[in-house]
Amino acid sequence: MPGLEALDLARFQFAFTVSFHILFPAFSIGLASYLMILEGLWLKTGRDVYHNLYRFWVRIFAVAFGLGVVSGVVMAYQFGTNWSGFAERAGDITGVLLTYEVLTAFFLEAGFLGIMLFGEDRVGKRLHFFATCMVAIGTLISMTWILMSNSWMQTPSGYEIVDGRFEPANWLNIMFNPSFPYRIVHMGLAAFISVGFVVGGVGAYHLLRNRRDEAARKMFSMAMWAIVVALPLQIMAGDMHGLNTLEHQPAKVAAMEGHWENEPGSQGMPLVLFGLPDMDSASNRFEITVPHASSLILTHTWNGQIEGLKQWPRDEWPDVPLVFWTFRIMVGLGMLMLGIGLLGLFLRWKGRLYDSAWFHRAMMFATPVGFIALLTGWITTEAGRQPWVVYGMLRTADAVSPLHGGSLWASLIGFLLVYAIIFGIGIYYMVRLIRTEPMGQEPHGGPGENRQPKRPMSGADEAFEEQN
Amino acid sequence: MTIDLPLIWYFLIGFAVAMYVVMDGFSLGVGILYPFFKNDAHRDVMMNTTSPVWDGNQTWMILGGAGLYGAFPLAYATFLPALYLPLILMLLSLIFRGIAFEFRFKSTRSRKWFDLAFSGGSIVATFSQGMVLGGIINGLDVENRTFTGGPFDWFSPFALFIGVALIIGYALLGATWLIMKTEGSLQRRCYQLARPLTILMVLCTIIVGIWTPLDNSRVAERWFTFPNILWFSPVPVLVVLLAWSIWDGVTHSHERRLFLKVLGLFFLGLSGLVISYFPLIIPPNVTLWDAASSRSSQLFLVIGYAVLVPIVLSYTAYSYYVFRGKVREGDGYH
Repeated sequence: MPGLEALDLARFQFAFTVSFHILFPAFSIGLASYLMILEGLWLKTGRDVYHNLYRFWVRIFAVAFGLGVVSGVVMAYQFGTNWSGFAERAGDITGVLLTYEVLTAFFLEAGFLGIMLFGEDRVGKRLHFFATCMVAIGTLISMTWILMSNSWMQTPSGYEIVDGRFEPANWLNIMFNPSFPYRIVHMGLAAFISVGFVVGGVGAYHLLRNRRDEAARKMFSMAMWAIVVALPLQIMAGDMHGLNTLEHQPAKVAAMEGHWENEPGSQGMPLVLFGLPDMDSASNRFEITVPHASSLILTHTWNGQIEGLKQWPRDEWPDVPLVFWTFRIMVGLGMLMLGIGLLGLFLRWKGRLYDSAWFHRAMMFATPVGFIALLTGWITTEAGRQPWVVYGMLRTADAVSPLHGGSLWASLIGFLLVYAIIFGIGIYYMVRLIRTEPMGQEPHGGPGENRQPKRPMSGADEAFEEQN
Repeated sequence: MTIDLPLIWYFLIGFAVAMYVVMDGFSLGVGILYPFFKNDAHRDVMMNTTSPVWDGNQTWMILGGAGLYGAFPLAYATFLPALYLPLILMLLSLIFRGIAFEFRFKSTRSRKWFDLAFSGGSIVATFSQGMVLGGIINGLDVENRTFTGGPFDWFSPFALFIGVALIIGYALLGATWLIMKTEGSLQRRCYQLARPLTILMVLCTIIVGIWTPLDNSRVAERWFTFPNILWFSPVPVLVVLLAWSIWDGVTHSHERRLFLKVLGLFFLGLSGLVISYFPLIIPPNVTLWDAASSRSSQLFLVIGYAVLVPIVLSYTAYSYYVFRGKVREGDGYH
């Protein structure tokens, strides 16, 4: 079936490019706020360690920001290249939100990034701090618009259908649609936690090299605080987000739970810890369950019921195994991260936070955990709303561009190759930066340097290759 | 009387596209000219002239795309699938080019690869933009608000020619930009290149001027009927005058005015396009009112645009002001 093939290819290409892209904005969102805190603390306390940390992380921020910009250009065009049916029918709403993102966030970030990276010697401390704040706020504004758009697609409101197209009826209802508050809190915390684990992992790496390094201690300590504060909040936010999803997208929750049909009478819903969901037989194989636990979590009662997947026609089911498993990985990693945070708190209480090499090694391995949880969480929510692109209103199959399979193959191979090369280079360079001495970040500058370019990566001055 | 919002948006998006061509055109041109300069120090300076500003420049392309998406969803949803292959080629080239900006100055052994990424990325991105433009001029099949053509509908000798012509045009823009921003042997080489490039660009303009009405009876009808011909005749006359003036400027080493004059040529080309096709937004038969989004969308957007774009422009002007003046070898850019 050639039509199906084109749809699958378009979906895979979008999933690939957006998954790749999202890591870098998430990194920028968390790191920009961290930099804002570091510089604020430096201005307040005057302690050099904060300034050193700022200079250490601002170079890594610069590279991540550059990669986010480069992969983001692709995203701005993908809505039209691959999903023109969606763009034509929903452009009145989503196109407007995207344009506001460009106007309020992209230009703000671009405007102050130069001063943030190069302006330290020229504009004075306060104005420089202002620039850092503007960049951090820019990343948050950007997240706000794009999540408004995504949330509207998940829980559409404030529109009317005119000639088969979505026309705005109430902009406030569009922007502040039912799932938006939950989604933005969940995503924002996810970005902070992901960066917390990166900062913690890098701090751990430097502690293992040199326990006396003040900057390594400080970043490790700050990251452990951030993790232990943010994770309980995230679990609460996730629970509330889940209840909101149950209200507005019950089929998604049924897929997340592996819940096929309502139990008769008053048995209560078991929580499926493990199982292999099988869509053909509409059941889970090799189930391990906890009686009544799903009822407790989802309805907060002993025997409460939610709709099983069989309540919906077969062609309105999402890919159940994918949603089921990505959800479990996200939740499992969330619990693991909470455990690490509590362990860190315990070690701090025992006064052994900087001396436990085994814990530092564990933190190093845990560096990407936040990002993995973030990605699997996005897969849960995005795959879980299938087959709809605008939930309940527009099917993904009707949103796809009238493209030829050959075009899609060509572009997919192009993206795979180019992303492998480009992001290979970028990540290689970021790892090089991460391995430099955190305390060795002397401010540079002086005569002749007052015309620095406003390019993200010029914030880093390490050579690309190993120097012999 | 109600305000004709689609008409306003037609020009606002035209403005974003023009800003992009003006601002990224010369920096693409610098990459196109790379093969003519073998000296590594020259290449450093060339890249340094555009590196402070290229990032912001490219944001105009995003604004143009996003604005089209919000204000004319039908045009966005038609152009992008119809011109899929050249657009994807453009995006991939721009990725390579963007990454070269970041890494060229940090590389030693791998520098030749980043040189290639910069130059090749600029050339292929420009060629793709030209083919996109050619494809739009050729016209696209739209029925029931959906693109109904095939993956290679954009492909034609005319589109390929526009691709080549745009490479020449951006190269000339790049050369005059470099004349303004550099000095010494690098600048002299740019003066040498400017003249043949001017000749080629005028030739291309003439060929496009003949080819377009031959291919499109609608355009021919619009151009050659009385009294239109009276109104439109200043355009070719101005092209000739500007070309002569560029030639003269090269002889007399005018540094700044040359760049502005080449921009003038681009502006005339763009206005020629508008004259030929207005009020069509998707030739041959979709007008800007057909493709417009709802009034509420356009109104909501225009408010944001009116408030924010002046701020963006003032920042941009400030950034050009900060990086004003000549770029010299070994300038402390990196």
